Amino acid sequence: MNKYIERLYNGIIKENPTFVLMLGMCPTLAVTTTAINGIGMGLSTTAVLVFSNLLISALRKVIPDRVRIPAYIVVVASLVTIVQLLLQAFIPSLYESLGIYIPLIVVNCIILGRAEAYAAKNGVAESIFDGIGMGLGFTVGLTCIALVREIIGGGAVFGMEFIPEDFRITIFGLAPGAFFVLAGLTALQNKFKAPSATNGSVAPSKLACGGNCMSCSGSACMANHAALEEIRAKKEAEAQAAKKAAAEKAAQAKKEAELKAKEAAGKEE
Amino acid sequence: MAKLLNVSSSPHVRSNDTTQGLMLDVCIAMLPATAFGVFQFGLNALLVLIVTVAACVLSEYVYETIMKKPVTVYDMSAVVTGMILALNMPANIPLWIPALGGIFAIIVVKQLYGGIGQNFMNPALAGRCFLLISFAGKMSSFTLDGWTGATPLAQLKAGQSVDVAAMFVGKIPGTIGEVSVIALLIGAAYLVYKKVITLRIPVTYILTVAVFAFIFGQQDMTYVAAHICGGGLIFGAFFMATDYVTSPITPGGQIVFGVLLGILTGLFRIFGGSAEGVSYAIIISNMLVPLIEKYTLPKAFGREGK
Repeated sequence: MNKYIERLYNGIIKENPTFVLMLGMCPTLAVTTTAINGIGMGLSTTAVLVFSNLLISALRKVIPDRVRIPAYIVVVASLVTIVQLLLQAFIPSLYESLGIYIPLIVVNCIILGRAEAYAAKNGVAESIFDGIGMGLGFTVGLTCIALVREIIGGGAVFGMEFIPEDFRITIFGLAPGAFFVLAGLTALQNKFKAPSATNGSVAPSKLACGGNCMSCSGSACMANHAALEEIRAKKEAEAQAAKKAAAEKAAQAKKEAELKAKEAAGKEE
Repeated sequence: MAKLLNVSSSPHVRSNDTTQGLMLDVCIAMLPATAFGVFQFGLNALLVLIVTVAACVLSEYVYETIMKKPVTVYDMSAVVTGMILALNMPANIPLWIPALGGIFAIIVVKQLYGGIGQNFMNPALAGRCFLLISFAGKMSSFTLDGWTGATPLAQLKAGQSVDVAAMFVGKIPGTIGEVSVIALLIGAAYLVYKKVITLRIPVTYILTVAVFAFIFGQQDMTYVAAHICGGGLIFGAFFMATDYVTSPITPGGQIVFGVLLGILTGLFRIFGGSAEGVSYAIIISNMLVPLIEKYTLPKAFGREGK
């Protein structure tokens, strides 16, 4: 698979931030009261995520390792401010209904998580596609939750009401409903979905980390892993060489012994 | 001699109590209140009861069959959950609402946490609170003799006077099971007589509510008596707070639990927004039970001095 498409697949299905990685739970639970809110929140986060991945990936060799988190926060916060002002200017209704959760995108763990786990170690193009994939995965997750909550709790789809007021189960529009729906949908995806990181259909590895080196590439443990591999290979080679040498020595000793025996036999004669 | 050595490991003394027997006792104890509810609110109350119990039992059966677990329908616990939930409903509610509550109580609160003995809060009360939040209007409109009126507790909150004698007998609007104090007390006496429950939780609970109402409400005996007889306090104290799974097992813990329930109920009733608070007090206290048990665990023999 093309590595860019692989990133998109990874973000939307395999490591979906909402249902598999369980990241960004605060906006997931708080703003998913209507489908419009879900899509709005998801796309705002996607925009921030794509550009933060781009910038952080481009700056990854400039940012000193020790102050990388503050540096990421500065980048993300600037982007969030831009998105916030744009929303306020062009979609004021969405800006009103999302409220405090737009500035809170700054501390969304998906964004920091992808910056730390992916963008800081990979090239710019891959990081952009990782951002798009993760952002779309988040949008899909939020929209699914919001649709279910809006239908059951508000009797509507995208604001079009079709269930009479008497038959709406209001609790699904409130905070507890968000937990019910999130848990239900996560259980469903674990049951029916294509192989993901959490539903056990990925071939198990003997390593404690699961053996997926993609997520660790460039980190210290990955470097250690490589170094250990090297040492092991070196030792093996040495052992082989020693064995060979021993065998040669033995052969020589045998030859010498034969020679001596011959000599001895000659003397006797 | 060989026979003497053939001893099984402890426990050696077993009681004859079974889950089924205990649950049956609870069902019998709820019968007077149920009968009074049906007598007072008419056949619709009976329909609500049948629908709720059927929803609970069926959802337990269907869930356990689908999940290939042992079917525990015959231990009567789902019947008890259904009965408690139905007795917490107003009689004139549309029948699909209690059915939904029963399904929620059994599947979400009981089965998803591992079935009988594993639920962290009382399934019937969780189902009731689910319905109370979802259908606030329908869940709190009480009709008596074709006339919709405020419950005595709501009247009390509004500063009106109430008739405590009528509350004791049950000639008041309210949910199906909570109205008649005398019918509930008969059932509770049966439970205490059969040693299904002890008096620790109910008595500390009711006393705490009385003291709380006396201190923070009005210093008036009628007011305190109305608080004790009103709402779901008696029903909650004897039938719901004493649920084995969701109440402490240590005697000290049961007293702490009762006091906590009383304080929460008093807080909700006197300072809260609504007139009633027994359900919320019980499910909140249910969640504190592990903590209470941790601090009231008796010391093992030989470790008392440390």
